[in-house]
Amino acid sequence: MAGELICRCCKRFASGFTIDADWLLPVGSAPVTVLFGPSGAGKTTLLRLIAGLERPDSGSIVFRGEEWLGARSLEPQQRRAGFLFQEYALFPHLTAEANVGFGARAPARAERLIQAFELDKLRAHFPRQLSGGQQQRVALARALAADPALLLLDEPLSALDAASRMRTRQDLRRMLLESHVPSIVVTHDRAEAIALGDWIAVMIDGAIRQTGPVRDVFRRPVDPRVAESLGVENILPAEIVARHAGLLTVAVGQCRLECVDGGESGAVLACIRAEDVAVTREGRLDSSARNHVAGMVREASIEGPLARIEIDCGFPLMAVITAQSAAELDLKVGEQVFAVVKATNVHLVSENR
Amino acid sequence: MDWQAIWLSLRLASATTAILLVLGVALAYWIAFSNRRWKFLVEAVVAMPLILPPTVLGFYLLLALGPRSPIGAFYARITGGMLPFSFGGLLIASVLYSLPFTVQPVAAAFAAVDRKLIEASWCLGVSRAATFRRVIVPLARAGIGAGAVLTFAHTMGEFGVVLMVGGNIAGVTRTVSISIYDQVQALDYDAAWRTSLALLAFSFAALALTYALQRGAAGKRRWGLWPAN
Repeated sequence: MAGELICRCCKRFASGFTIDADWLLPVGSAPVTVLFGPSGAGKTTLLRLIAGLERPDSGSIVFRGEEWLGARSLEPQQRRAGFLFQEYALFPHLTAEANVGFGARAPARAERLIQAFELDKLRAHFPRQLSGGQQQRVALARALAADPALLLLDEPLSALDAASRMRTRQDLRRMLLESHVPSIVVTHDRAEAIALGDWIAVMIDGAIRQTGPVRDVFRRPVDPRVAESLGVENILPAEIVARHAGLLTVAVGQCRLECVDGGESGAVLACIRAEDVAVTREGRLDSSARNHVAGMVREASIEGPLARIEIDCGFPLMAVITAQSAAELDLKVGEQVFAVVKATNVHLVSENR
Repeated sequence: MDWQAIWLSLRLASATTAILLVLGVALAYWIAFSNRRWKFLVEAVVAMPLILPPTVLGFYLLLALGPRSPIGAFYARITGGMLPFSFGGLLIASVLYSLPFTVQPVAAAFAAVDRKLIEASWCLGVSRAATFRRVIVPLARAGIGAGAVLTFAHTMGEFGVVLMVGGNIAGVTRTVSISIYDQVQALDYDAAWRTSLALLAFSFAALALTYALQRGAAGKRRWGLWPAN
């Protein structure tokens, strides 16, 4: 079912923090939306506003043409927004089965979800007897049993330990897709955002700054704050010096970088993801689409299968390469290397937004 | 032993507890979940019997329930009887006097219920009333139990308010503690000993039960009257 969630909410807190979110979210075309942002950006509060657990100072929420907040507001009970709490909030006095059946539209629906979520053997267990992953499955089954029109998940993986978080991530995405209920997942973890979401909304300082398909937003953040929050390691002040044949040449310090012309002008920031920076010892290759920047290895650290190399090119440039290639290059601090970046991987954003 | 007095005290304590399990629990719910700015005033009024001399409370009740007061006049018109020096009057006094013993532990237990559990229930489409019945009450049952036991025990040992409002009428308003007072006045120390010992044992059992309830709640289950550490 197509439709959209239109959320315009304003809420001021005594601390001075203000949520001022203007969010139009197509639901249906993008089954899993990630609400992404740094801690304290107001993501959980926005989710609670949508669920009706929090009242804004002003605003309106319309979901698929139904007014949830406005002249006539609906109670949380009437909104049919399933909410998955960070610590799952299972009823401690009820078994897994009774938890799933708690708000079930029909017993048969709860039973089907118990089967689908592989909770059959756990049905008589109390929440305290379940692992984090099992609790999550019970919580999700419980929310779906009430036949929600929209699922809201607040940091669904944060209560799990690192090992099961990775495993559960893919399970969670599969379960969300199979439920056929549009969902909004709050997270501050980039890997989680990429693994779980089809669509992403980036929230910073109480405002939605950018929305779009996950891949697009990660490739083309609209402003430096978004780029920073998305973990673009290299955000470099740059100046446009030439424009020809669909390519822009920008000056970063003493270097010249070529990038795709997106129509930018004036003061810009060149955003380069560290994994898009290759490191070589060879000099200039004859490839016009590549930027070759000479530099000096400032620091090289191995982090598991990856190596982070900080190169001093007159400006600091971070590169992430595999630990194996780092070993093959045998990089030492102070050595001369070349950083190679494709023109298509240099993404310009206007500085003053 | 004055079995008639014991029987009367048991009836009074049971009726008081039953009434407060409705009134007190409702009031505790309001205190635990209301955001009203003047809530502290209600809390103070509810807690008054804890520090107010029973004779003071009894005196005001005597005036408020007397035949010349609106309440007493209304009661007289309906029943033809009189509230002071009757079991009904005694019951009203007991309910007011024992109010904090129900409200405080129950309100504490309600407030200790994880807010997210209540919200989770709402988001599952379950009404506020059903959430109260299916989530809040089961999770606060240790606190409700403690409140009931305390209320019952407190009413069993009531003296001052009873004396002021109920007087000392055998089978109508003479409770156990009044009976002990009578026995001592009559220099019947043997009878006073026996009755006192019975009340002492009862009080100890009631408090032991209260603490056992709270311990069970706080320790084994990690939910109940007070949140686990």
